[in-house]
Amino acid sequence: MTLVKIDKKTWAEGLTAAADAYRLYGPVKEKDYHQFKALEKGEMPDFDMVNTRLSPKALLFPQSEEMLEFSLDESRDDHHIMKAVATDDTPRAVVGIRPCDAKSTLLVKLNFDTPDVKDPYWLNAYHATTFIGMACDTPLSTCFCTTAGCGPYHEEGLDMLVMYQGDAYLAKLLTDKGKAFAAAAGWSETADDPAVFDAGRKAAEGRIVSTVKTDNLADTDLLELHGAPFWDDIAFSCINCGTCTFSCPTCWCFDIQDEVHGKSGVRMKNWDSCMFPIFTVHTTGHNPRDTKTQRVRQRFMHKLKYFVDKYEAGIMCVGCGRCVRQCPVNIDIRRLCEQMNSFKPADACAAQG
Amino acid sequence: MLGYTEKIKEIAGRLLKECTVDMVIGFRKGTMPMMNEPCFATTPEAVDTLWWDSNCGINLANYLTNRKEKVAVIAKGCDSRNIVTHIIENKIKRDQVYIVGVPCTGMIDKRKITGMVKGEIIAVSETEDTIKIKTADAETLFDKTEVLQQNCALCIHRNPVIFDEMVADAVQEQTDVDRYADIQKIETMGTEEKWQFFDDLLSPCIRCYACRNACPLCYCPTCFVDEAKPQWMGKGQDPLDVRTFHFLRAYHCAGRCTDCGACERACPVGINMRLLTRKLEMDCQEQFGWEAGLSLDQRPAMDVYQANDPEAFIK
Repeated sequence: MTLVKIDKKTWAEGLTAAADAYRLYGPVKEKDYHQFKALEKGEMPDFDMVNTRLSPKALLFPQSEEMLEFSLDESRDDHHIMKAVATDDTPRAVVGIRPCDAKSTLLVKLNFDTPDVKDPYWLNAYHATTFIGMACDTPLSTCFCTTAGCGPYHEEGLDMLVMYQGDAYLAKLLTDKGKAFAAAAGWSETADDPAVFDAGRKAAEGRIVSTVKTDNLADTDLLELHGAPFWDDIAFSCINCGTCTFSCPTCWCFDIQDEVHGKSGVRMKNWDSCMFPIFTVHTTGHNPRDTKTQRVRQRFMHKLKYFVDKYEAGIMCVGCGRCVRQCPVNIDIRRLCEQMNSFKPADACAAQG
Repeated sequence: MLGYTEKIKEIAGRLLKECTVDMVIGFRKGTMPMMNEPCFATTPEAVDTLWWDSNCGINLANYLTNRKEKVAVIAKGCDSRNIVTHIIENKIKRDQVYIVGVPCTGMIDKRKITGMVKGEIIAVSETEDTIKIKTADAETLFDKTEVLQQNCALCIHRNPVIFDEMVADAVQEQTDVDRYADIQKIETMGTEEKWQFFDDLLSPCIRCYACRNACPLCYCPTCFVDEAKPQWMGKGQDPLDVRTFHFLRAYHCAGRCTDCGACERACPVGINMRLLTRKLEMDCQEQFGWEAGLSLDQRPAMDVYQANDPEAFIK
């Protein structure tokens, strides 16, 4: 692990230089809020924010991605043959990703990179990307990362972690990808004070005011939790929109659609949401998750129970707080997690009389 | 509206205790500043969580659709107009719903307020006329009129138009409100400018459908955007499909929309899709003298023919 010190001028020059070898992405303010966008040459990521409105998951998993293309023109030899759409998998770097969002990439990877099935679209994009994290010194009141498996200086999923040090930046090069980016940027002034990172981390963690408890989730019986009495109360306000799932960095569900214009068509994958009633509709018309309560229960059981049991990698949530802040009806995963974690199956028996 | 919470609890408790209704639908205090959560109570004890302040912008008529039980609902002026529309459209029966009317002085605009202060908002408190915003470094006091949702600032039906009981005396209705200044401004734009304007307006849309789902009018069993046979439109992010969704949805609300603002409030990316619904509202008013949800005895503009309907479009 190497530490490098980067003053503001070297930072800007370095990013401009690195743009020759990498396609750069970073947070940029558009209208009222920040989004991750491709940076123009010389354009700097804007760190005057805590979290982007939508997570950067779209960089690896676009909301709408064309996978295959085909022609229905029978005068062509290749009609009705599916062909891969050309993708740009040249090196790129995400500059200023938050540690929580970087950690979420590894949770999403569990789904797109399994021993049996590998999603080439997600994986090619992932391997092409260098993740340069910006430590989070001013977390929001809704951030609960420290109890959701990461934290404001968490390093999992990152190739480089950058923190403010007065007027300059201090960067920790965590992987070969991180070192390669630093070399391309010409950031070579080494520093030898790892205690600064520790101090920064401790101070930032001290500013996290929101927590969840997850210690009982794995041990609680799945079916008992599924039958817990609180689901109707939780689900009542839900309007079944996709705000929580679309803003979530760890939600990975998608739908596949063929779209044809004239004689040419594409097969695309689009974000989908377990909150939508049509998410589970069978071709027969039967819908196994026909009610709001079933759908809301699915979302939280997936994040806080099924995932916990299946992967033994903690909860499927990094505590970024986006769903908490953006849910139009204030369904709060922290409240849910508390109810699920403190649930005792005996309560269910008592409630049923 | 400060005293409403206690009165709402009292009414809700009585209705449940006397078995007048099976369920009361209202709000409970949210876990975030400027957010409250729609909730229900089915026992007199459960009414203690009920709450009212200037953050109850979600339209509770949305929670009445196709209900089977007898239900009481806490209703602002706009909610009450959507209840009227629901009754007219057979989504609930009049004798099945007990309307607890709330004379409303407007809901505050979370997005606007967030943009008016620096730093994260930690707490928000209110008096009848003021809103106090606390951030880590400062406290800022606003007149409530400065920070109202736009639909509330333009509202001319603050008092419920239909109710079984009121939580307080009626508030004064606003007059001299120019409801359509921004719409008329768009109408004066040239084609190119208009195209660009709507392109900008709708480009942030992520098709989460929060606007549609927060809307009490959008109760179709399967929305046209979700239909598969036939599939009316693409499912991706093609701007043409995004626009098709917003424009068609607005037309489905023509003559029905009460401008409750639930759609704009729910949008996670800050789109003012009310510009579309209000244009149609304005047209309904100008051409048919129609305002949605004011009376149970009148058929909606799009539902009835009258001999004096304008016919200038027939050449």
